[in-house]
Amino acid sequence: MTTTTPAAPPQVIPLAKAASKPKRKLTPYWLLLPGIAWLVVFFAVPMVYQASTSLQTGSLEAGFKVTWHVSTYWDALVEYKWHFVRSFSYAAIATVLCLVIGYPLAYTIAFKASKRWRNVILILVIAPFFTSFLIRTLAWKTILSDGGPVVGALNTLHVLDVTNALGLTSGDRVLATPLAVVCGLTYNFLPFMILPLYTSLERIDPRLHEAAGDLYARPFTTFRKVTFPISLPGVVAGTLLTFIPASGDYINAQLLGSPSEQMVGNGIQKQFLNVLDYPTAAALSFILMALILVMVTVYMRKAGTEELV
Amino acid sequence: MSRLFTWIRAHLVVLAGLLALAYLVLPNLVVLAFSFNKPAGKFNYEWNQFSTDAWTNPCGVADMCQSLSLSLQIAALATIGATVLGTMVAFALARHRFRGRAATTAMIFLPMAMPEVVMAASLGTLFLNMRIPFGFTTILIAHIMFCLSFVVTAVKARVMSMDPTLEQAAQDLYATPTQTFLRVTLPLAAPGIAAGALLSFALSFDDFIITQFNSGPTTVTFPMFVWGASQRGIPVQVNVIGTAMFIAAVALTVAGQWLDNRRKATA
Repeated sequence: MTTTTPAAPPQVIPLAKAASKPKRKLTPYWLLLPGIAWLVVFFAVPMVYQASTSLQTGSLEAGFKVTWHVSTYWDALVEYKWHFVRSFSYAAIATVLCLVIGYPLAYTIAFKASKRWRNVILILVIAPFFTSFLIRTLAWKTILSDGGPVVGALNTLHVLDVTNALGLTSGDRVLATPLAVVCGLTYNFLPFMILPLYTSLERIDPRLHEAAGDLYARPFTTFRKVTFPISLPGVVAGTLLTFIPASGDYINAQLLGSPSEQMVGNGIQKQFLNVLDYPTAAALSFILMALILVMVTVYMRKAGTEELV
Repeated sequence: MSRLFTWIRAHLVVLAGLLALAYLVLPNLVVLAFSFNKPAGKFNYEWNQFSTDAWTNPCGVADMCQSLSLSLQIAALATIGATVLGTMVAFALARHRFRGRAATTAMIFLPMAMPEVVMAASLGTLFLNMRIPFGFTTILIAHIMFCLSFVVTAVKARVMSMDPTLEQAAQDLYATPTQTFLRVTLPLAAPGIAAGALLSFALSFDDFIITQFNSGPTTVTFPMFVWGASQRGIPVQVNVIGTAMFIAAVALTVAGQWLDNRRKATA
């Protein structure tokens, strides 16, 4: 017992260090393995399957075979070109509206509210997430109902005349028009705009505003030259988090619109679940994904924000 | 004059903010009000008569409470799965340098940057091709897949902001790596893990699009029940569940903040 103890400590430490080195190198891979494997098998591989399915022909009974039938893409585009146009224009309008509506609220939470009120408002922004998306969307059917107070007010204020002229509504109705769908999309994705905006605004030192004021900047100039540029990462993140899900959405178009407001998502859903034409559904979803990836890449190049994750 | 102008402008922003808040909360108020309605027809869109029938008999509708319990089961399991897998990935990303880091980050980011319908249709295509029958398992697999990235983001942010000297201090005080992890690292990371888990639960419980493409005929989740009901006739009980969920969420958040404040006050 006594013979081994004196020499032990200096030997044990370097040995332990030497043994832990290769182990440490492998640690991150062991940590990553299950999660990344899950995403590879259930996210990346399905994308490949989808690409291959879009090039198949056949029927559910006879089975599908890859025949490099590229014209599925062309047919899908011809049949659904207006769905694509509607998807991207509704999503774009909803994104702009979210920014216009969400910015003042994010600004109020970040700079105008006391600490106590800040938390209350943040809870009210997040809490709707916990009530089913569908139930809340259906509530808009009540709010925008024909002859209801909202439609009446819009009529008296001649807002409906303007939206009629823009082609967003027709006659005295808001339900079953593009306006209802855009309104639903704006509502549903507004928290995704407010939260990143708030995160980027919250970091701004209020003394910057004072400094701008001291240098004789008017409030609007301060906003344009100081606040808005600093909040740009939040604006970019918010617009992406709003635009991407909105362009793929089919719930708002289905519940609040009429068949003439249907978006690409409705097309994919119909082809996949009702018509059982999997190649067309796959082609549509592939085109949607490609268009979004292109738009997002161009937008991020222009906006120049790299660090998003 | 300019001071008045500034005053009005400052309050204009707050006013616009409050209007935005009203826009966000209005549907919840409508859901609450209409949970006390006694609709004239099958649909609960127009006010008819005050009634507490739906509140006293929340499970009075066929299949609704089964779908609710199915949704809760799936959300609980998906939360556990996504939180465990996501926390491991988050620790790897926050604490280790390794080859393939950029690819890993892209793999985590892509599911969040993809419209749900694309993921839904492609995963459904995989299950169809593999002849895996749609049902509980396929829904669970899909939910863990899309919740994972959100857990990684929440936990990674927390772990990155943690002070590494605390763990060094634990080791200096002869704590074993396991002890350090369980007694120091994990409690410090807990708020991030809890945030990720809560987000997963909410996302999974409320998911409709991915579930619709990957569920079987007998696995009707609560959102799928509401979707079906929106075509056939909506029972008032749906509003009761919606309101109860809203109140529970607000109560949980308020309680969480109160506990947090108390802990900060005593510490």
